[in-house]
Amino acid sequence: MAVITGEEGRTRAQQARAPFFYRPEVRQVIYQVVLVVVLVGLFYALIDNTAANLRKQNIASGFGFVDRTAGFDISQTLIDYNSSMTYGRAFLVGLVNTLVVAGLGIVAATVLGFVIGIARLSHNWLIARLATVYVEVIRNIPLLLQLFFWYFAVLKALPPPRQSLTVPGGGFLNVRGLYLPSPVPEAGFEVVLATILIGVAASLAVGLWARWRQRLTGQQFPVFWTSLALIVALPLLVHVLLGSPLAFEYPELKGFNFQGGMVLQPEFLALLLGLSVYTASFIAEIVRAGIQGVSKGQKEAALAIGLTQGQSLRLVVIPQAMRIIIPPLTSQFLNLTKNSSLAVAIGYPDLVSVWSGTVLNQTGQAVEVILVTMGVFLSISLITSAFMNWFNRRMALVER
Amino acid sequence: MTYLTKLIAAAAVGVIGAVGAASAQTKTLDTVKQRGSLSCGVNVGLAGFSQPDDKGNWTGLDVDYCKAIAAAVFGDPNKVKYVPTTAKERFTALQSGEVDVLIRNTTWTIARDSSLGLMFAGVNYYDGQGFMVKKSIGVKSAKELNGATVCVQTGTTTELNLADYFKANNMTYKPVVFEKLDETVQAYLAGRCDVYTTDQSGLYSIRVQQPKPEDHVVLPEIISKEPLGPSVRQGDDQWFTIVKWVHFALINAEEAGVTQANVGEMQNSTNPDIRRLLGKDGELGKGIGVGNDFVVNIVKAVGNYGELFERNVGSGSRLKIDRGLNKLWNKGGIQYAPPLR
Repeated sequence: MAVITGEEGRTRAQQARAPFFYRPEVRQVIYQVVLVVVLVGLFYALIDNTAANLRKQNIASGFGFVDRTAGFDISQTLIDYNSSMTYGRAFLVGLVNTLVVAGLGIVAATVLGFVIGIARLSHNWLIARLATVYVEVIRNIPLLLQLFFWYFAVLKALPPPRQSLTVPGGGFLNVRGLYLPSPVPEAGFEVVLATILIGVAASLAVGLWARWRQRLTGQQFPVFWTSLALIVALPLLVHVLLGSPLAFEYPELKGFNFQGGMVLQPEFLALLLGLSVYTASFIAEIVRAGIQGVSKGQKEAALAIGLTQGQSLRLVVIPQAMRIIIPPLTSQFLNLTKNSSLAVAIGYPDLVSVWSGTVLNQTGQAVEVILVTMGVFLSISLITSAFMNWFNRRMALVER
Repeated sequence: MTYLTKLIAAAAVGVIGAVGAASAQTKTLDTVKQRGSLSCGVNVGLAGFSQPDDKGNWTGLDVDYCKAIAAAVFGDPNKVKYVPTTAKERFTALQSGEVDVLIRNTTWTIARDSSLGLMFAGVNYYDGQGFMVKKSIGVKSAKELNGATVCVQTGTTTELNLADYFKANNMTYKPVVFEKLDETVQAYLAGRCDVYTTDQSGLYSIRVQQPKPEDHVVLPEIISKEPLGPSVRQGDDQWFTIVKWVHFALINAEEAGVTQANVGEMQNSTNPDIRRLLGKDGELGKGIGVGNDFVVNIVKAVGNYGELFERNVGSGSRLKIDRGLNKLWNKGGIQYAPPLR
């Protein structure tokens, strides 16, 4: 009680000293409230103004259009789609196309980036210089131009369908894309798939056992080769024993184009190639910086205890470099995903092309369509970020 | 205290002011006059309709319509600012007020008249969608296109007609959709597609730009109605009326035989129709908000409809498109204008 009275007393004393609006605690609250009111007011005004203008100009609004029939076709549909389905379905088709090209692009760019980043540090003069040239050339040319290059320059060089280049194994390459035989599973193929799963499980077990044994006895076990045998060789053996229960449907030239099999369209190939080659040049620099950021003594120590060059890189340098590499790597993944929206320039039906291109134009509802597009890209980016942050925490130095 | 009150007041005024300014309705004609030029949305480049030449001067049928409107409003066909728009951007450009009128080989449809908030002021070119193929593939009719790959530009009625046509004829096709005309045509030329489809006028326009136009064939089928015309925003009847009557004036001038060459002497004509048309009798121009001699200014600037058609896309041009439906109503076509009376 006494303390509270004391507090109140001091406050009262301050009240007497400073005018109401000049008291720090009052000011603090007022500034916050004013900021909130202004922000809310601003957003309300923006939304209200937009809605009023749309109404006045008789422009339709709302999301009712999502259920209407789309009426247009899309060239690459990984989920079932035709022109009598809805705009909402077309949105999903576009979204899947974006996710596919972004996902594959991230994998390809990471692999290529790591190879080139390590190559830049190679003691082989030629390899190191080639990697440098790659990085400097690729990252300094705008991505859009590179996409045009891959699409138009490479496209023009390919032959028409009737003079297709033959790809070993029953595939064809022409200006319409890369046609490959598509696998058709027959009875008994489930067994082969099951064997692959068993192989994966078995190699995980072998890996754990090998670590346990090495910790106890110091003896090493060829985990890699064992796993390879379990995952690849074993299913292959089963496959042959069962009489090869996997048929292939080969593409054939019928009418204008090849029919049957599966086709990788030139738009997709050009976009994937362009995105991964471009982003790889940035990832290469990140990887190089990461490796060089690991103190030289670490590698020397690793070599001193008898590890080979490869082992010291794999077991000592890279794990430490990863901590430096991962955060900027995340940005590159996000960049690649966002850059995939350049697809529209070369005719790949991604989300931006299908949804904020065709759908926007057929419905005219720019505000809704663009808001959804922004929301989708924001979500993809935030999810990628969240995953990479989790991965980063796992790779971070564990303080003991 | 005063400081804070001022801050809050300023913020409040700012917010209200922003709302007020944005929703204030201004008349397009006043805006155009104040600016001193007409902002005209045109195609980024389509031979015969709107294309900049090597000196940066815009020419074409649609461009002449921009000039005609400027001539009607200012008496000077050069007071036009051309805003090149892609198929995708065009409506937003008009809706947002970036352009005063959109004359960009744009098809008049009910959806565009309703949910896009536009009004079409007339049809300056009756067109229809067609197909162009390379001569080497030996196709003579669109009915033989089953399984073909088709290059098409996004944001067009073309995309929808294409789907409808193939569906109606039980044929399949693969669309390859581009945002810009250039890339669409490049992909067709590179052999990515068997077929390029757009309005027939566009096909002829692209064909004539090729080094060897005879290598490409425009198939005979027309699969849609594509009435192309100028459009304006809804909610400004005065401006809509001006654009509409500029179009009618061009057609009426042709019907009355008033040409760029004889418009001077025609002003002395005693024919009451021609005297009204050229503003010698009555206050017809003032009634819609321009000068009484607006038709004289238009015809002096670009000629009558027939002249500008032949000059840009017809016999006087490289395109050599037959006038067909675009002939006057009394010459076997369907171009018809209400009388100036």
